[in-house]
Amino acid sequence: MNIQTDAGPRGPSATASKSDLDSIVVRFAGDSGDGVQLLGSQFSQETALAGNSLATFPDYPAEIRAPTGTTYGVSAFQINFGSRPIKTAGDQPDVLVALNPAALIVNYKNLRKGGLVILDSGAFKEKDMKRAGFAVDPRLDGTLKEFRLLEIDISAQALEVAKPFGVSQKEALRTKNIWTLGLVSWMYDRELVSTTEYITRKFGGDDPVGMANIAALKAGHAYGETHELSGDVAPVSMPSVKSEPGTYRLVSGAESLAWGLAAGAQLASLEMVLASYPITPSSPILHILARLKQFGITTFQAEDEIAACCAAIGASYGGKLGVTASSGPGIALKIEAIGLAISTELPLVIVDTQRGGPSTGLPTKTEQSDLFIAVWGRNGDAPIPVIASRSPGDCFEVAIEAVRLATKYMTPVMLLSDGYIANAAEPWLIPSMADFKPFPVTFRTDPEGFHPFLRDPHTLARVWAKPGTPGLMHRIGGIEKDYNSGNISYDPSNHQKMTDTRTAKISNIANDIPEQDVALGETKGKLAVVGWGSTFGPINRAVANMREKGLDVSHIHIRHIWPLPRNLGQLLKSYEKVLVAEMNNGQMLTLLKSQYLVDAKGLLKVSGQPLKIEEVSSAIRSQLGAA
Amino acid sequence: MNVTVPPAKLTAKDFASDQEVRWCPGCGDYAILKAMHKSLADMGASPENTVFVSGIGCSSRFPYYMATYGFHTIHGRAPAVATGLKLARPELDVWVVTGDGDALSIGGNHLFHALRRNVDLNILLFNNEIYGLTKGQYSPTSRVGQRSPSTPMGSVDSPAEACTYALGCGARFIARGIDVQAKELDVLFKRAREHKGASFVEIIQNCIVYNDATFAAFTEKDVAADMQLHVKHGQPMLYGKERNKGLRLNPQTLSLDAVVIGQNGVTEKDILVHDEKNRVLAGMLAALRPPSFPEVLGVIYCNPAAESYEAAVAAQEKQAKAKGPGDLDKLMRGGNIWTVS
Repeated sequence: MNIQTDAGPRGPSATASKSDLDSIVVRFAGDSGDGVQLLGSQFSQETALAGNSLATFPDYPAEIRAPTGTTYGVSAFQINFGSRPIKTAGDQPDVLVALNPAALIVNYKNLRKGGLVILDSGAFKEKDMKRAGFAVDPRLDGTLKEFRLLEIDISAQALEVAKPFGVSQKEALRTKNIWTLGLVSWMYDRELVSTTEYITRKFGGDDPVGMANIAALKAGHAYGETHELSGDVAPVSMPSVKSEPGTYRLVSGAESLAWGLAAGAQLASLEMVLASYPITPSSPILHILARLKQFGITTFQAEDEIAACCAAIGASYGGKLGVTASSGPGIALKIEAIGLAISTELPLVIVDTQRGGPSTGLPTKTEQSDLFIAVWGRNGDAPIPVIASRSPGDCFEVAIEAVRLATKYMTPVMLLSDGYIANAAEPWLIPSMADFKPFPVTFRTDPEGFHPFLRDPHTLARVWAKPGTPGLMHRIGGIEKDYNSGNISYDPSNHQKMTDTRTAKISNIANDIPEQDVALGETKGKLAVVGWGSTFGPINRAVANMREKGLDVSHIHIRHIWPLPRNLGQLLKSYEKVLVAEMNNGQMLTLLKSQYLVDAKGLLKVSGQPLKIEEVSSAIRSQLGAA
Repeated sequence: MNVTVPPAKLTAKDFASDQEVRWCPGCGDYAILKAMHKSLADMGASPENTVFVSGIGCSSRFPYYMATYGFHTIHGRAPAVATGLKLARPELDVWVVTGDGDALSIGGNHLFHALRRNVDLNILLFNNEIYGLTKGQYSPTSRVGQRSPSTPMGSVDSPAEACTYALGCGARFIARGIDVQAKELDVLFKRAREHKGASFVEIIQNCIVYNDATFAAFTEKDVAADMQLHVKHGQPMLYGKERNKGLRLNPQTLSLDAVVIGQNGVTEKDILVHDEKNRVLAGMLAALRPPSFPEVLGVIYCNPAAESYEAAVAAQEKQAKAKGPGDLDKLMRGGNIWTVS
């Protein structure tokens, strides 16, 4: 069988039995009120506990509850799991679970040929099909002829099971996601324990709705068993993946980022104030940290994005770690305040969970188009460090690094995540705090020779003197200050000197970050595919696949976007060609060209959807003139 | 009893920074600054525990002239920066200095929320009804008809009333003073500082360059007594050279009448007694305007809440910490985990 891609060709011609498969992509889709995200995340949890590697992709609309049965109200959750390391949520689903006709029409075209469609036939009434846009019943007119079809009246099954618990018709019908989870759990030999516990925790042990859901879960599982579903739908046991020893959990990007901020503050011996304004897809960071008060974390839901950034700056001025988290439109609003933190040289971590732009753009879809605003988007010459995380689990370390740079160099730091990373989950080897080297902050207390812009001769960071310290009373602000006293100064040569100093301070950070490594392949050769952020998975898998085919291609993935690693220019010049793959219109591409004058080409995608392995593979083949 | 040497009492001079003050000669801000230096010394404030936070504008240069901690931030955002500071360091004595443009135009939203949340800040709004630092454009408190570079034919905007706005925002301490009335300002500064929660003080301030004498109708010496009502809690609201003028409630119209004792059968018993805890009365007093009424000065409203915002936040944090300090290793290992050996 062919294992060249995560979603390799396993069509009807693939003769291997299903038990030989080393990865499967399942996509759950339904109405936004159907509980598809819950179904997906619980299945992911069960799959992780079974020891498979996995990656998930929650793909949901911006509307909370769009009108029932409409295509724009379809919510989907894709999971790729396997017995080998999984790096993406999969290019093409092998299995599509469609809980209504709209979910089918939106998703069936991307299913691999020969894939399995599981339908809730109870939701396929004529008006439902019309509403979704099927002129005729797609089950009868050959629309689905390239796929295998399993029809079950899931609605009726769920109603039947839930009724005895005395729940309303509506509540009974709402158990259909859990019934479906039971069925799929049977298909892939999953334990139901974690979901049973979840339901009990959520509803309490004797709540009728909770009992109805547990019954639905068991009934879905039993349906698979007793109906002797066979052939293609027979249960598959996916062997567990060989992983590094240790304790694992499933983690989303928002979780590991929030925990990483908490860890960073702890390593810096600081308490933290997170000031944020609700915005998709950044809000989970605020929600998670709001529950961590016992860690010395204060959360503040500000009146707007500007106030959030300003309050974080106020907290840093007071001697705590100020953090603000947002997404594109919110970041745009914070820019002036970020300039204040640059000018007053206060530490600040700004988290940007990027989404489709410009303006409101695609709030729930992913993109990497805030690189320019992060690196260059301010008035004045105003450099700050910018770093990006490449996967949900990676957010933890990147957040610690952001805190380290902010406190060591007294500067705002922009941390770029994105909607895909924030919502996606992956198995994560849980780190141990003892493995991280603390970087405690020292506050200035000595009045001897003090002024607020005294600098460390090596890092050029200014002293951090917090209010309440006797003898260090001083004034700071956004007006240019004198290099030697910190007082207001409009002197021309002083402004030149201060601008140069602020620039040098940030440029010097290049000496305090690792040299750029090669994620996969050689340090020279015909082609380097350069990526940053959440495109790590598809680029890495595509490069691996193409290397197996004998192509001379390597993968470079950039974490430190500003300043760039000191060896990056040399490294890029050691390849004949450079291809930058990113989910924007060429922002990293432009940055690299401007910094190194490399003749790089771009693989650029702005559809709101993650890069696919095949898209990267195809670009590699084209760059190398391979068939 | 042991005799301890008390620390040398600080004087007004100890609160003045070494920076040269750069307001226009004759600007009302000088008087306010001087009053603040003296008040802080009198109150026994400690310079290291006092912070002045400001936005942008003439008034917002204030922190540079204080020998305390100071943060000159960005336009309109001082209340937001001060809120973050107060959340991080509730023990500090935090003052916000702002102007009519800074607080009521670009920063109207932040002022609203700082007052609504009741953050323990002392907010001083210097109201000169003009944009001074940008050379004289009309401001949100400028009156209709105000001619300025941006309103050559006169402003057609309806002006904002600072104290009325603050009351609507939910402020629980509202006072008004005049730049040159140092004795009265001293009282207001002390009361504002004592008040737990957001204190809002509007200071009528003359811009000698762009809006000179705009308040002359009640600040000029010859009219002051007849056009200023200095209210005191529990005392009848009397004013005038002969203290025979006063405010009377008109129950028919639910409004205040300016009356003269001895005229039309008005007696001293008819004069309303100021109750600074009465929000309805505060609303009526804040809105009175010369020439039909006197300008109301003093503590218009003071009705403290049980707890200020940052204190409530700290109380929740204390409650969370009572269950023991956070353990990240334990947190990350909570929920569904599995082990690979």
